[in-house]
Amino acid sequence: MATIELKDVAKKFGEKYAVKPMNLTIHDGEFVVLLGPSGCGKTTTLRMISGLEAVSSGNVSLDGRDVTWAHPSKRDIAYVFQFYALYPHLTVWQNIAFTLQAQSVKADEIEKRVKDVATLLKIKHLLKRRPGGLSGGDQQRVALARALVRRPAAFLMDEPLGALDADFRETMRAEIKALHITQKATTVYVTHDQIEAMAMGDRIVVMSDAAIQQVGTPAEVYHNPANLFVANFIGSPGMNLVKGHYRAGKVILPGGSVYSLSDEWISRIENQIGLEQDVILGFRPEAAWVVPQGQICSEVFLVEMNGSNAMLDLHLDDQVIVRIRTHRGVNYSIGSKINFDLDPQMVRFFNPATEAALVME
Amino acid sequence: MSELILQNITKTFGAITALDDVSFTVKDNEFFVLLGPTGAGKSTTLRVICGLEKPDNGHVFLDGELSDDLTPADRDVAIVFQQYSLYPTMSVYDNMAFPLRAPGRKVPEEQIRKSIEQAAEKLRITHLLSRKTVQLSGGEMQRVSIGRAIVRRPRVFLMDEPLSNLDAKLRESLRAELKHLQKVEGVTTLYVTHDQIEALTMADRIGVLNHGKLIQLGTPEDIYDRPANTFVAKLVGTPRINLLAAGRQNGGWKISDLGINLNLVETKEIPESFLLGIRPEDVTLNPSGEFPGEIELSEPLGAETVVHIKAGSGEITSLASGLVQLKHGDPVRFNINKDHLHYFDEQGNRI
Repeated sequence: MATIELKDVAKKFGEKYAVKPMNLTIHDGEFVVLLGPSGCGKTTTLRMISGLEAVSSGNVSLDGRDVTWAHPSKRDIAYVFQFYALYPHLTVWQNIAFTLQAQSVKADEIEKRVKDVATLLKIKHLLKRRPGGLSGGDQQRVALARALVRRPAAFLMDEPLGALDADFRETMRAEIKALHITQKATTVYVTHDQIEAMAMGDRIVVMSDAAIQQVGTPAEVYHNPANLFVANFIGSPGMNLVKGHYRAGKVILPGGSVYSLSDEWISRIENQIGLEQDVILGFRPEAAWVVPQGQICSEVFLVEMNGSNAMLDLHLDDQVIVRIRTHRGVNYSIGSKINFDLDPQMVRFFNPATEAALVME
Repeated sequence: MSELILQNITKTFGAITALDDVSFTVKDNEFFVLLGPTGAGKSTTLRVICGLEKPDNGHVFLDGELSDDLTPADRDVAIVFQQYSLYPTMSVYDNMAFPLRAPGRKVPEEQIRKSIEQAAEKLRITHLLSRKTVQLSGGEMQRVSIGRAIVRRPRVFLMDEPLSNLDAKLRESLRAELKHLQKVEGVTTLYVTHDQIEALTMADRIGVLNHGKLIQLGTPEDIYDRPANTFVAKLVGTPRINLLAAGRQNGGWKISDLGINLNLVETKEIPESFLLGIRPEDVTLNPSGEFPGEIELSEPLGAETVVHIKAGSGEITSLASGLVQLKHGDPVRFNINKDHLHYFDEQGNRI
């Protein structure tokens, strides 16, 4: 069990920041996800926590103990990789027991701990097998078991589900989360997959361009994204982001529709951006619904069946497409005109100059 | 544009049967998706259609014409691959012009220019025409590949997982663009993928392939609402369908694992014991719901939350709309929508 603290931690490769100075506290027992596209600095951050990568500046502490320059093996942290890194010539049992044997733990103690962890991960029947013959999901379970058996203070996981096919990924996602709920071990989990981050994280650290964009619970980053990057990156599809022109309590949208604002939004926009300015309107696909007298006019680009629901892709003008979620069975032909409205509670605005969300106080 | 017919195609490689008596028709202007896991025989099917593989048995008809003896070049089909396979040293324009400048074609340059400009506009790559393809992003390269296929005006358009190498956001937008383009252009298209979301969202009809056999053929609604067996039921839909062992009992079904009885009148002939399939969206949380359970864990995805409910000695997955805040161990009650139950026999076939 451990609290992990990053203080002004940065990493430079040559003149270029891989991670700009960042501050982050991961609380004891918390499951924190570092999320971002490739090259955003998330894996470098994880490697600095583990000690596999030296920091360029700043401090890493573990439970108040400064470990910035401690050897990885002295940090009491277990690292799970995307590629399982199992020893092919050892059995599953030997793979799991390996680190304990290296630490000269007593044989009956090893026996017991391997058995416990294998039970927990449902791989008891595989203990005599070699990793080569196992499915991807089972290999990743073995890798997790090997990390768990050490009872480290914290777990670091680098895209552990990335190499699995979709079917296994869904299963393992739930299994790792369930495991965390029972074990309550501090976990830092790296992924580029926003669905994984939303599903698993107590908190999500959204990263881009070597910097933290937002830290928040799944509900916070989903409903109140800090900026355009987060709004677009979180959600599948991301938030609809439409540039319009604000004037006298209304926003004129591409295609000419006029969207009337609530008093709260009028004062926020006028205070934070100006009396007559461009603004970016943001709304989630489920925040809109088709209604004949709806304020926003559009033309159907496409209807997509999504299984339990459907998605309408709508043109506001030649360039701008928004997507709204609807129930299955709607039947609009391409090019037909429809109007829609937005749930006023779920509307957000962004400043086009700074790309930051307007403060909702 | 035209119709593509596969008739009783069988293809073996040594002892392995890659395709086992596969027949289907891609109708004129249809967007047909062949869906299946790795190794199902999807790519072999495409190679047979192109003429790159000769089937052991069966025939391919293009536009009513028997194509068995046509060379790949004479079949007039265009294929877009997962890997872009563009000429890196050529400009986008020259890449797109390449098939039209092929020796046998003799298309006038003026006409080539027109078709390329039209296609480029539709694919929003007009500003890239003079660039070299090495300078393009993955999404742009795939747009160019599609453009190159479009300008040929082939009889049939084949696509082999064209979006698999792109990141999630790009995949989503290109998926919609591709489908829109296909609809307004009216191109007969056979699209191969392992991704069930691509299949559901894009297809007019889906053919589900597994181990070289065509398992089911139907509209996305057919496949999703009436899966032919448990393989299809599990392949399509996320989160995955609940499959629970069930048995008959007075006035309904008994689901032993969950310790619950579903009271209903079913007119279908249902065997003594069977597998009951319930889509997660048909399991709804409700304070006055019929059945008791306990939260195992919840996964907030954004527009919806996947809720794993422990009931009896088993577990059932529910899909709730919105972000639902539920903690491990919370007691809940739930309902099961009895109008959308799926029944499978012990071999996994739909009853």
